[in-house]
Amino acid sequence: MLVAAVIAALSWLLPRRVVDALAFVTAAAVAVMCAVLMSATSTGRVVEWLGGWRPHQGLAIGISFTVDQIGAGAALLVSIRMCAVLAFSPAYFQEEFEHRHSILLLVFLAAMTGFALTGDLFDMFVFFELMSVTAYALTGSRIREPGPLQGAINFGLINSLGSFALLVGIALVYGRTGALNLAQIGHAFAGHAADGLVVVAFTLIVAGFLVKAGVVPFHFWLADAYAVVPIPVGVLFAAVFGELGLYAVARVYWASFDGALGAAQPGLRSVLLGFGALTAVVGCLMCFLQQHVKRLLAFSTVSHIGLFLVGIALFTPNALGGTAVYVAGHAMAKGALFLLVGVIVYRLGSVDEEELRGRGRGLRVTAVLFAVGGVVLAELPPFATFAGKAMIEDDGVRMGFWWMPLLFAATSAVVGASILRVAGRVFLGWGPREPDRFGADVAGEVEVDDEVEHPPHRRTPVLLLIPVAALLAGSLALGLAPGLSAKAAGAGAAFEDRQGYQAAVLQGRDTPPPTVRPEPTSASAVAYGLASGVTAVGLAALALFRRRVVPAGLRRRAASMFEPAVIRFRALQSGHVGDYAAWFAFGAAALGGLFALAVK
Amino acid sequence: MTTRARFVLMAAGIAGLAALLVWGTGGLQPFGHGQSKYAAYLNANAVHQRHATNVVSAVTFDYRGFDTLGEEFILFAAVMGVTLLLRSQLDERDDAPRDRAEGRRAVDTSDAVRVAALGLIGPSVLLGLYVVAHGTITPGGGFQGGVVLAAAPLLLYLSGRYLLLKSVHPMHALDLTEGTGAGGFTVVALTGAAVGSAVMANFIGKGQMGSVFSGGTLPVFNVLVGLEVAAGLTLVLYEFLEQTLVVRRS
Amino acid sequence: MSHVAYWLTVWLFAVGLYGVVTSRNYVHMIMCLSVVQSSTYVLILEVGYRHGSTAPIFLDVPVGTPAVDPVVQSLVLTDVVVGVVVGALLLSLALQAHKRTGTLDPHDLRTLVG
Repeated sequence: MLVAAVIAALSWLLPRRVVDALAFVTAAAVAVMCAVLMSATSTGRVVEWLGGWRPHQGLAIGISFTVDQIGAGAALLVSIRMCAVLAFSPAYFQEEFEHRHSILLLVFLAAMTGFALTGDLFDMFVFFELMSVTAYALTGSRIREPGPLQGAINFGLINSLGSFALLVGIALVYGRTGALNLAQIGHAFAGHAADGLVVVAFTLIVAGFLVKAGVVPFHFWLADAYAVVPIPVGVLFAAVFGELGLYAVARVYWASFDGALGAAQPGLRSVLLGFGALTAVVGCLMCFLQQHVKRLLAFSTVSHIGLFLVGIALFTPNALGGTAVYVAGHAMAKGALFLLVGVIVYRLGSVDEEELRGRGRGLRVTAVLFAVGGVVLAELPPFATFAGKAMIEDDGVRMGFWWMPLLFAATSAVVGASILRVAGRVFLGWGPREPDRFGADVAGEVEVDDEVEHPPHRRTPVLLLIPVAALLAGSLALGLAPGLSAKAAGAGAAFEDRQGYQAAVLQGRDTPPPTVRPEPTSASAVAYGLASGVTAVGLAALALFRRRVVPAGLRRRAASMFEPAVIRFRALQSGHVGDYAAWFAFGAAALGGLFALAVK
Repeated sequence: MTTRARFVLMAAGIAGLAALLVWGTGGLQPFGHGQSKYAAYLNANAVHQRHATNVVSAVTFDYRGFDTLGEEFILFAAVMGVTLLLRSQLDERDDAPRDRAEGRRAVDTSDAVRVAALGLIGPSVLLGLYVVAHGTITPGGGFQGGVVLAAAPLLLYLSGRYLLLKSVHPMHALDLTEGTGAGGFTVVALTGAAVGSAVMANFIGKGQMGSVFSGGTLPVFNVLVGLEVAAGLTLVLYEFLEQTLVVRRS
Repeated sequence: MSHVAYWLTVWLFAVGLYGVVTSRNYVHMIMCLSVVQSSTYVLILEVGYRHGSTAPIFLDVPVGTPAVDPVVQSLVLTDVVVGVVVGALLLSLALQAHKRTGTLDPHDLRTLVG
């Protein structure tokens, strides 16, 4: 059955000119396979040795696919989104949709599925590289403008640096353990105290994956790339790199490094929590400052990735399960929002908030869906984003991190507010004209998006809206699914069960998954969720109507106080790839130094 | 960011990273003493299990063949990507092709280079084919041989015969060859699943040790990879040359 | 001093990264990136090296002769392909950027800011 999933993931290649329908069917087939796989893993792991090379006396010889619920879920999620994209693309691109795009998209899908399912460290590298290479080409595919080219170059250079860090980490691990299979590495590391090699290898591997995920200070490429990708591709990027990068961090930690670094867990937790919180805050602030809508969505992704990292960094089954739910809910909502931006471009031919103001009055369905998307990202109950974050922050509070609900509520409220503000301005024409808002002229936010050569269309084809509605409905349905938190916690516990993972891979023995006590959602989490939703609406209203609400004197004083800081803050995103590389070096060194302190 | 600020940030970062790397590599076995159990097992058993005397090939195409499948796709996707990125645009026209880039000082290819390049074309094709075919026995294999093969058109260009290169211009044939390479690899890998036990199972008879056809699926993979690499690299070469020598912005 | 050989990796990584940060030309920068990448080749091959062994090819020598690690060679093969491919893609992007804007300097090619 796993074999079937692989076949589906790769069989696309046979016809040279893949028609859109065939591409869609393939993606749908992959989604079905992943769903089957996910139900099969509800009782235990599925291990498949490629080439039939089973371990010889506990020594892994071949490459394994080791699948558990979270891995299968990740694969399912990306294939669902690929379906939405492939359903959306033909109508959106019309005649300019090249067959090479479809092929690259399917390679991308194969890479993502392979990455989510594999149980081999080097294989992870190969598939991540496959994914990235495809992504560079897709990002830069609009070669007529300098923006996409620059975005793609920044993307490619910084991600390659991340890959090389990852590879040096892999070489160190192989030099020590002589193994590339995650379980085998875990077996070799277990029971030894963490020394320099373990810390440095872990640092480099984590840094490599965090670059891909877009965690501050490795996030600069992300906004540049997301802002310029063709919109349907942006749907895939939105959170694919983030979720798979973080998935890899969690996978590598739990399958391989937990044995050696387990003793230093509290220290590692604080380091990763710090990076996560920083990312969440920086992301949401930058998000609020944007007026290029795609870029705004890109920074909202950065903010959420920070929150996911917080969830993973707690190192508990509940929080990990919650993160998985959160990621799923977020991915669907963010995908839907990206597609809606696509609809806006299709109808109105722009992605600039100011240029669009009030022009979206006629697009009622689009407006409603857009606002719903914003609310989902603000974690309003009962959407899946809420269910997930409630699990994370409840666990956080139990462990003494009292600030965690505040962080979640505040950052997601700001993100939600940014999206609602756009909705208010574009679809209702609210708010004052402010073309040079927040020093945008100083920082020089250049309009880069004229991707539609054809004149704006008069009608929205239903085919553009169906995938959007389906994604949002999915987010709602997942949030309402009965017994969700118990299942997610169970999946989290199985994911974190290193001994069980090793036994399944190396000895082919299935051990019963550890049991977890699911915690009911606390009342305070619901309160925070509601508060965050209300704050989002309030903030959006404040942004739109502040001239009416806030007295002029106060506004001026606030402006003179914050404007220089805001300008300097935005200038950090300089568009200069050398800066980004310098941040990469600094970030990786800081991560390593902090890990070293944590282990000591 | 100012140049100075960038420099400070970078200096701190690189110093930190270098210190980390020195610390990390200090935990490795002393140089020259590394040997993993994995390697020991393969060196001891691969020849016997696979009838392939080149263990590296056995690892690449059999034990860790799935990596190579991914790698094939990387190459395939990249060639696809390069052709996508270097496609000619509506606002560009094709110039009459010339043998040198626009705005370059004209330097005629010297006779020595020309003779050497032309003379090497034949041997490089032959060597490439040999390396591909004997990949399971002696050093080499599909990747290496493919690169050597792709050197032939490059030599043709170096010898100052871009026009000749362009006139043979077998774009579609190359496309097809490349697709066959990548697609064939997948087909053979999946046939393993259908006929044998698992994806990439080695389902062909392993043959006489030391002969060209030993190693079961290994030589097949070698040839397919050779095709893919040679065609892919040549395509990339064509695209770059065409962009720099022919296509002009109108 | 038996670890000095590994410092080559450190040096290549650091010097390549320095080049990427300070470069004023995309083509040069991409070359610097490949210097960073070569640090990975060196390290991967080094961890598999063993004094006094031959290549893991048992055509002229019997099985059981000490040989270096075949796995790392296979990994480097993959790594090299990745390097070639990333280089080709980035160069084609740089080529197009030059064609569109007339510059290869990252200081001048800045359309995405803030």
